[in-house]
Amino acid sequence: MTESQRHRYRFTFAKSNPMRYTGHLDLHHTWERLLRRAGTPPAYTRGHKPRTRLSLGLALPLGFTSDCECVDVWFETPQDPNALLRALQQASPPGLQVLSIEPVEAQQPSLQKQILAATYEVELPGGTERNRLETRIQELLQHDELPRQRRSKSYDLRPLIESLELRAASGSGLKLIMRLAARAGATGRPEEVLLSLDLDPLAAHIHRKSLHLESS
Amino acid sequence: MKPEAIKLELEAILPRVQKPGRYTGGELNQVVKDWQQIPLRVALAFPDIYDLGMSNLGLAILYDLVNQQPDMLAERVYAPWTDMEAAMRERELPLYSLETKHPIAAFDILGFSLAYESLYTNALNMLDLSGIPLRSVDRDIQHPLVIAGGHAAFNPEPMSDFIDAFVIGEGEEVLLEITCRHRDWKANASTRQELLRSLAEIGGVYVPSLYQVDYRKEGTVSEVRTLAPEAGNPVLKRIVPELPPAPTRFIVPFIEITHDRVAIEIMRGCTRGCRFCHAGMVTRPVRERSVEEILDAIDRALAETGYDETGLLSLSSSDYSQIQELVRQASRRFAGRHVNLSLPSLRIESLSVELMDLLQGSSRRSGFTLAPEAATERMRAIINKPVSEAQILQTARAIFERGWQTIKLYFMIGHPTETLEDVQAVVELSQAILAQGKAAIGRRARVNISVGTFVPKAHTPFQWVPCDSMEQIEAKHAILRQGLRGRNLKLNWTDPKMTMLEAWLSRGDRRMGALIFQAWKQGAKFDAWQEHFDPDAWEQAFASTGLDADFYTHRNRPLDEVLPWDHIDPGVSKQHLIEDYEWSLEGKTRPDCREHCTVCGILPKFKDLRQLHPGRVWKCPEVKSQSSEETEPIVRTTSTGR
Repeated sequence: MTESQRHRYRFTFAKSNPMRYTGHLDLHHTWERLLRRAGTPPAYTRGHKPRTRLSLGLALPLGFTSDCECVDVWFETPQDPNALLRALQQASPPGLQVLSIEPVEAQQPSLQKQILAATYEVELPGGTERNRLETRIQELLQHDELPRQRRSKSYDLRPLIESLELRAASGSGLKLIMRLAARAGATGRPEEVLLSLDLDPLAAHIHRKSLHLESS
Repeated sequence: MKPEAIKLELEAILPRVQKPGRYTGGELNQVVKDWQQIPLRVALAFPDIYDLGMSNLGLAILYDLVNQQPDMLAERVYAPWTDMEAAMRERELPLYSLETKHPIAAFDILGFSLAYESLYTNALNMLDLSGIPLRSVDRDIQHPLVIAGGHAAFNPEPMSDFIDAFVIGEGEEVLLEITCRHRDWKANASTRQELLRSLAEIGGVYVPSLYQVDYRKEGTVSEVRTLAPEAGNPVLKRIVPELPPAPTRFIVPFIEITHDRVAIEIMRGCTRGCRFCHAGMVTRPVRERSVEEILDAIDRALAETGYDETGLLSLSSSDYSQIQELVRQASRRFAGRHVNLSLPSLRIESLSVELMDLLQGSSRRSGFTLAPEAATERMRAIINKPVSEAQILQTARAIFERGWQTIKLYFMIGHPTETLEDVQAVVELSQAILAQGKAAIGRRARVNISVGTFVPKAHTPFQWVPCDSMEQIEAKHAILRQGLRGRNLKLNWTDPKMTMLEAWLSRGDRRMGALIFQAWKQGAKFDAWQEHFDPDAWEQAFASTGLDADFYTHRNRPLDEVLPWDHIDPGVSKQHLIEDYEWSLEGKTRPDCREHCTVCGILPKFKDLRQLHPGRVWKCPEVKSQSSEETEPIVRTTSTGR
């Protein structure tokens, strides 16, 4: 690692409407543009095709919203965190709100490797029957295994569910709070949990509440 | 349907379609005004998907312009992809604007960009999705005024059933004149007919319903008559005397689009006179922006968008008079900022290689594009793109030696008088270019060859010539496929059926309205998309309307025939086109008119504008009378014009 790539900062940001349909790769471009607009371009890799040094944490599926997304950005020079945060907040596009900044030790493992789990809040469509769903959840949690197929690969969903509970939402609505594992090769997907509860993931609004990192 | 209801429907639909980011709006730099407070509302439409429409500079210019007016607003709308369309039709969701989600039918004006012919059925589909009657005659006072502009509008006749008024030429001034007339008309709420007649008074506006077209027995046009005193005949295109400030606040999409970049027009128009080139004929005269203005615009646009890529747009970059200065200063100013600048349409000469070298530095050398258009010197003289074979090979060599590994070549087949030997020459020239590459860098050298088929276009010196038949095209493709095999060669060609569509639509007449309508009814849409293009729908439409495709496509039109677009005046005179066509038959080339006026007709027609803007901005040379004391710059033009 060269001297200029030591200035690493972690930003936490919210992703909301109208940006909920921006995918992971496009979000990467969004961040590059945001940093340039703010007048604080990221460091670039060396070599034939220089690329920006920034890495986003756990990809947020299309259509989800979140207020706990993370990105690590490397800069050529040390930054004043408060000034940097303000500059980014001013240059943010609609649907992206930069919430906080913290310096990160350059030697720390990648953001992706530090993430252990994520908590999701799922707003269920109106008309979902509370009692029946409660029963379904209890049944599901009693299983030792939940074999599922995704993209024609079999896996066990059960060990990825760290917690799952039903709560009342605003009005007469219901929401599910679930904490799912998010480690390399072991990432629980909320829509898979919904499917195993016979709920339509496309009819629900899924929001990521928090990421659980190794050190935190 | 109210915007709130549309938003609710979208909540349900968007998770179920591909790339929902196309349909949300709300991007950085979009302009949202208070609907209730603004008296005049314009929807700007590109009749293809978001990804393409967002990349269209013309609409970006007009969006910026209308939104600068305090009492007007402009919002965007694009064609929904087929999955979205199906969902919208199923739930009876009308086409809506991205900014405020108002139904398109609620706007005062709906303006289409008709950049090319294969967008026509999409425009019909968008009208239908908006609940606006497709035919102009079926609309009444409650419907938006439907206008259209863009290069294809230079032959407005095929779409004249569906469009209330066309803008011929550049839209910057005339769009605001239309909106003002509309505003005044709305205040007095009179008939739609009155609005149309009022619009016809504006220079460059063509209202098809105010013209009667008569035909001869054999199907050609006998006469075009005006039906109202306001209707001009001919309708002279509009131009702006100077390019207005370049827009810089580009909307930055949430998803990847076709051209994710800042686009700055460095020059409009072209003086080269390639005879096949529609754009080159209809965008005259040449007007340039200064180097300083361009660099400032890039700076501002980069700051406002955060893009790292800039396209410096023109029809022929090499002809921009300050090109070396521009490239030198740009590469200096943006050095170390990881900004990629691109220059399309460079001439085949060593200077182009130096320019690209300066511009791109040592990175991102994907491919270098050369467009010889034809492979023999004879053929290039006929199309007026003279460049010697030696120069092509020399330039190719320089490109490989400077570090590019791939050259992309653009050719066209089907030029007038082309023989199979001329087509075989495409094979040989491509091979010779690859041989240059192998000699320079060995086995890494690659040549990608794109071969289009020439389609004669209205208002060009080739507007009378027949287009190749399917059989001719197939035979030529066979030669190319046979000859351009091999590891380091890649050949692309255009589907000849798509070529035919472009060919009949581009030189069609008014009767084609029925054809386009029938084709759309049979399901034709996204005609420019290989996977959607449906030749059967068009074939059925021809059968049901009794029109004959060959009549429009393969007929050698006599020079004295009344052409369906003769009442539209692009500034370049028909006499000039005839002369240039005759020259082509003799293999006679016409030099760049920057040096010497070739009397194309632009100067006398825009005499007043030219006098107000002499010298600097226009690249037409000052023309002095040869005979006398006359000082008026356009005298020679008028005296020698036939």
